[in-house]
Amino acid sequence: MGERTVIDPITRIEGHLRIEIEVEGGKVKDAWSSGTMWRGFEVFLKGRDPRDAWYITQRVCGVCTTVHAITSVRAVENALNITIPENARIIRNLILGTQMIHDHPVHFYHLHALDWVDVVSALRADPKKTSELAQSTNPNSPKSGPGDFKNTQDKLKKFVDGGQLGPFTNGYWGHPAMKLPPEANLMAVSHYLDALKLQNKARQMHAIFGAKNPHIQTMTVGGVTCVADLNPDRIGQFLYLLKEVKDFIDNVYIPDVLAVAPFYLDWAGIGGGLKNYLAYGDYPMKTGGPETQWFPRGHVSERDISKALPTDVGKITEDVTHSWYKYAKNGPLHPSVGETDPWFTGIETAKADGKYSWLKTPRYDGKAMEVGPLARMLVNFSAGHKPTVDNVSAVLKKLGVPASALFSTLGRTAARAIETKVICDEMEKWVMELVGNVKRGDLETCADYEHPTSAKGYGTVEAPRGALGHWVEIEGGKIKNYQLVVPTTWNGSPRDQKGQRSAIEEALIGTPVADPKRPLEILRTVHSFDPCLACSVHVIDPVSNEVYETKVA
Amino acid sequence: MCRTRSGLTGLEPDEKIKTLKGVDRREFMGFCATIAATLGLSPAFVPRIAEAVEGAAKKPSVIWLHFQECTGDSEAFLCSSYPSVEELVLNILSVDYQETIMAASGTQAEDALKKAMADNKGKYLVIVEGAIPMGTPPGPGGKPGAFCTIGGKTAYDLAKEVTAGAAAVICVGTCASFGGVQAQRPNPTGAVGVGDALGIPTINIPGCPHNAINSVATIVNYLLLGSLPKTDRHGRPLFAFAKRIHDHCPRRAHFDAGQYVERFGDDGAKKNWCLYKMGCKGPQTYHNCSLVEYNDGTSWPIKGGHGCVGCSEPDFWDTMQPFYERLPNIHVPGVEATADKVGFTLVGAAAAGAAVHAAYTFANRHKIGETDKKEGE
Repeated sequence: MGERTVIDPITRIEGHLRIEIEVEGGKVKDAWSSGTMWRGFEVFLKGRDPRDAWYITQRVCGVCTTVHAITSVRAVENALNITIPENARIIRNLILGTQMIHDHPVHFYHLHALDWVDVVSALRADPKKTSELAQSTNPNSPKSGPGDFKNTQDKLKKFVDGGQLGPFTNGYWGHPAMKLPPEANLMAVSHYLDALKLQNKARQMHAIFGAKNPHIQTMTVGGVTCVADLNPDRIGQFLYLLKEVKDFIDNVYIPDVLAVAPFYLDWAGIGGGLKNYLAYGDYPMKTGGPETQWFPRGHVSERDISKALPTDVGKITEDVTHSWYKYAKNGPLHPSVGETDPWFTGIETAKADGKYSWLKTPRYDGKAMEVGPLARMLVNFSAGHKPTVDNVSAVLKKLGVPASALFSTLGRTAARAIETKVICDEMEKWVMELVGNVKRGDLETCADYEHPTSAKGYGTVEAPRGALGHWVEIEGGKIKNYQLVVPTTWNGSPRDQKGQRSAIEEALIGTPVADPKRPLEILRTVHSFDPCLACSVHVIDPVSNEVYETKVA
Repeated sequence: MCRTRSGLTGLEPDEKIKTLKGVDRREFMGFCATIAATLGLSPAFVPRIAEAVEGAAKKPSVIWLHFQECTGDSEAFLCSSYPSVEELVLNILSVDYQETIMAASGTQAEDALKKAMADNKGKYLVIVEGAIPMGTPPGPGGKPGAFCTIGGKTAYDLAKEVTAGAAAVICVGTCASFGGVQAQRPNPTGAVGVGDALGIPTINIPGCPHNAINSVATIVNYLLLGSLPKTDRHGRPLFAFAKRIHDHCPRRAHFDAGQYVERFGDDGAKKNWCLYKMGCKGPQTYHNCSLVEYNDGTSWPIKGGHGCVGCSEPDFWDTMQPFYERLPNIHVPGVEATADKVGFTLVGAAAAGAAVHAAYTFANRHKIGETDKKEGE
């Protein structure tokens, strides 16, 4: 029996996550991932107007904002057989693309970087050498003179000397797994601050066609509401902001990933986990089914990236053997016929044979799957998606590593950066499509439709964290049943009835842990999945609609 | 109103006048002016705000708690650009515990929390995001509050412990303020707002998510005057929640003229006509969106062609749905009315003010006709 360590709360994620690990001989022998919050979305969705579902479900997550909104309108449109206008299709693509180019850099700099970057070590850096490093990494590196880095260092010094470290309190500074030289740390800290400013540019892009960020408010079943924003001024503003964000991705984000990776190449052999990857694909290029998507739908089996296999959403099931629910029927069940009742057994120690999470366990054709940027890049690569193939190949070549390096913690982080660039590079084309329509006088943004009485449908989106699906059943014009199967449910769920681990638990096996009391290495792998727990936890169709007694102290 | 809009020049100001904190002085004073305007203070206060923000020898400690939430309010806070979020988080405040951005996890995170509470007893600000579930999950492990645990503690226990030594408790977003999304019928987890859960006074800055300009203004109010802003009976600061969306809506003239969007994307929608018939809840919603907008004044829901859904109102999830239907009875009292004077619950209220108002405007419409008006945004 190895040493047990519990990490709760896991920070720099969305939601409430607890990870329990067993360490033996300096490596993780076993791991348990638990979602520790439940809100009950499907319970309060029942009986509501299906047109309102997008607004409600968007509140599932404020980090991956927009994605549930769009999945939901797609599900209802699929149920009612609505064809949305071209402008609505393009605007939704632009909103989803913007979500990626906002969320991924924020993840890298603000949620993930402090696992690799030693902020305190940056105080020892030589600003001149830092400038040389930045410019050798990328000749176009902005604000990369010795004075710029000295400025950052002075700010940091003043901050540290003030004795109030705020968010940097108790960080893993000086940890033996921190490998960057002081200059690389200073460069990263400087870009951490730049990225804080830059991310608001991407938010403004959302606000142009989405009214605000977080939580856009221009979706509606049938299309979008922002017809008055289809004018040159607004589109021009969007393009200009896109250019600023693109500059940052090309000249800061990608070069930083390429600059940091060589110091951590051992992580190209750690944290691979599962061998199967699933993607629904996204960005329809004309109105139609998955075959019209720019990112293809498919899955990769046993890490064979020579071909992409098809993905059939009919093969998805959810199991609750280790989740705090009970099934009346024999599970696992397809989302469209799911039924659950919360059944909490407590959590003192996660046991391999007990229940230990509010997350259910989704499977594809009985297999555990990883979803997210890495899954998308692998499916795209296997399907011969040219921009993906070109960018993935360029990164592998630059780092001098084989394709197998992708199946790792580092690979996951690199795939996220590659995806950001692939999408950002394409977005201008989509804007110009919109311009073409406006020029022709096509301002259609919303389809007319009949109000539903009874219908069933589903919708999917590739969210920043992976494959997202909503299933809706409408009866008498109201929601009868609604279910979400979300990315972190795939990645962060407990074991299934056969004892197969899900992606995060599996990826942790074999991770080296220098000091179980400061489990930095665990955070690296967990954060490489960018978990989003609020999304993952939900229940469908409870047998009783009991309102639990509320005691107010 | 001091609003920003991304200029199309991208030029850096060639003359950077540094403040003590290495911020562009003009930007900084711009922020102070924005805050003064948001708080309804005269321009004479601008230097005092600058002093309040810059003058603190020790940065006020902030402990930010997450309960039943979607992190949308942390994300909203990151939208602050005057001052920039970097300034706020690193120089103006000492954000000693904030799960979304803090470096430490697990034991190290809990230690940071304990230290901040001990070092700043009675002085730290608590900001809460998310509701507190009071219900008991069914099953052998069910105990009250177990629907949300952090570090093994229930949200309720943690909130009680942390707020005990706080100088003030600020709830950001509708979840922390009033229970929010998970509290809508049938409220399966027994979610309530922080003030209700703990029986303590809180400043509530609702919105889904809230607007960072309002939380920052509240914090500055505290730094500047050493007190919290005056509030309405829902604990909402009057500087932001005293007027209804409808009172300051740029489309108000179209309401009065009986010019309505009848279908999304129609001619009226292209001309920015009133969204009342599309279910807009602006007439019953107290919030300053139309004045301060979102994301550096880029837009807000009605500008985006969608009705207001009333996200700053208690229980809006139940009282404002369906979002696309008009409510049968809406108060449309005079502009001078405040949340304290208007009925306690809008749905089912007997007054048929809006119906009367609407009938009146329809009558007017025949006189006015559908003339193509120039938009006044």
